[in-house]
Amino acid sequence: MSARDRDGGRRREGGERTMVPRAEPRSYYGRPVIKEPVWTWQIPIYLFSGGLGGASAGLAYLAERAGNDELARNAWAVSLGGMAVSPLMLISDLGRPLRFLNMLRVLKVTSPMSVGSWLLAATGGAVAAAAADAWMGRLPRLSRGARPAAALAGMPLSTYTGALLASTAVPVWGEARRELPFVFAGGAAASAGAAATALTSARNAGPARRLALLGAAAELAATRAMERRLGALAEPYRRGAAGALSRLATALTAGGAGLLAGGGRRSRGAPALAGAGMIVAGALAERWAIFRAGFQSAADPGYTVGPQRERVRRGESEGAERRAPARGTQAYPAAGSQ
Amino acid sequence: MSAVPETAARQPRAWPGAYGDEARPRVGFFTDTSVCIGCKACEVACKEWNRVHDSIQGFSGSSYDNTLALGANTWRHVAFIEQRKPAALDGEAAADSLVQLAARRQLADEAGVETHEGEGIRWLMSSDVCKHCTEAACLDVCPTGALFRTEFGTVVVQEDVCNGCGYCVPACPFGVLDRREGDGRVWKCTLCYDRLRDDQEPACAKACPTDSIQFGELDELRERADARLAELHAAGQGEALLYGADPGDGVGGFGAFFLLLDEPEVYGLPPDPVAATRRIGGVWSAVGAAAAALAAGIAAAFLGGRR
Repeated sequence: MSARDRDGGRRREGGERTMVPRAEPRSYYGRPVIKEPVWTWQIPIYLFSGGLGGASAGLAYLAERAGNDELARNAWAVSLGGMAVSPLMLISDLGRPLRFLNMLRVLKVTSPMSVGSWLLAATGGAVAAAAADAWMGRLPRLSRGARPAAALAGMPLSTYTGALLASTAVPVWGEARRELPFVFAGGAAASAGAAATALTSARNAGPARRLALLGAAAELAATRAMERRLGALAEPYRRGAAGALSRLATALTAGGAGLLAGGGRRSRGAPALAGAGMIVAGALAERWAIFRAGFQSAADPGYTVGPQRERVRRGESEGAERRAPARGTQAYPAAGSQ
Repeated sequence: MSAVPETAARQPRAWPGAYGDEARPRVGFFTDTSVCIGCKACEVACKEWNRVHDSIQGFSGSSYDNTLALGANTWRHVAFIEQRKPAALDGEAAADSLVQLAARRQLADEAGVETHEGEGIRWLMSSDVCKHCTEAACLDVCPTGALFRTEFGTVVVQEDVCNGCGYCVPACPFGVLDRREGDGRVWKCTLCYDRLRDDQEPACAKACPTDSIQFGELDELRERADARLAELHAAGQGEALLYGADPGDGVGGFGAFFLLLDEPEVYGLPPDPVAATRRIGGVWSAVGAAAAALAAGIAAAFLGGRR
């Protein structure tokens, strides 16, 4: 404490832009503390397609159980599409794509990407079997077990992507760890419901339409909750590319839900189709906003240093810094004694 | 995840659970930046021994630092910080006690340093490196098992396993790891794993002319660092602090820790790093709750108006 107070104000540059209030973080030539992710455009598409495919499997299975075969067939098709796109995105983003099978060398619960790879493999296989039966009457025996398995695995497949992002040092992802899975769940429900609504005759699209509206509302609410939790750290969601994508996502999701609620009940008319399309696009834009916001928060050392220094000031740090020498002897305290 | 081994003996073994009898004492670096002269011999020795590719050269304008950050092709990085700082041998914001003041004056006399009241430039230099964390987020999130804990307690990437997924890159709270352009895999300091296995000290420590980089068994290094901190405080360097020396911090203590003369962020280091994977239990709970909510939402869509 005394050391900082003594030289406080020594290197305070005037006119610094406000980042995280009160912290006035210092940095090394303004350079980032953590690395920006190396992930490229495939990853936000994957965040979207995995959720779309996973939630669609659940929708398809329940539609089947409810005797709504048209909706079930369409939802299985959407699910299969999502399951086909997802691994392509993930593999093409690897630095060494030919080594993609190394993902299945081990299973580690500390690694959301490891868990997710296994979930994706399991869901993908089950959805393929279910869709083959629903559309071609193939593999009926295999698909009997595969359908509920696909629906079951599809749920965590849609939400684990929150853990994928949250288990990093990226400030806007790590601090939103409680809300991110719910944002992704909302987007998954909205996009799965909207896609199935667009493909299904109005007579059979009721559940899909309701799912789309429910999902859109949940996505909007969870996003607001996330930004509230982030507080001053939510700034990237109001700036630059992430800000623009975030506003676009809100407009698309809210506008699409309005159109679908107003005009979707009667027929598969233009308003309903447009509304469904907007909800799907809104879910994709929301993923992209979260992705970009992560990069923006990683690139600015203030977002990393500010909250950490604030924890130190409040006496809530984990204690990487130690200023006082040990009393008396030179002996180092035994492990775990501090 | 496991704490530092609590063996009372002088040679605690690293991760005995994983290696059994093959476990060796946990080793690391103590980088005492108060004696770093910024020669960059560590950067050069590291590159030569490990055949690390060249990194972007050119003049950055950031003092003498032209490598700028750790990365796939920079495993030791010397930071240069220039600060306008009064020497403060007497008067105002000086020492905490007369004893400290006297010690400072004596130090200045012995060194023959000319000091001028109210002005002065302080030059901080520090050789940064992978921290080889006790709780290493990079290792925890690695989905292929390419990152592993060696029998020395260090953290190493197996280049024949890494598929370049890049998850470790943003997981590291220090920004140490990066993917190498044109190669696709992630590279970082191995604490000279090959040299350790031949009972040689790492190349950077070997090359350091001032012993700013000290290699050894971690427990012994921590004792040494404590003594050094006490010495500096007694000499009036009240700003000196240890960074990452304690097993109680957010990454369970660093395998490579530092003595710094200013706040960590001044050197580009995070002041309160936490391994994100520490919170994985709560994160999985949220994932599970959200998955259940999604299932309930889908079911509700069918209940709403089935007829």
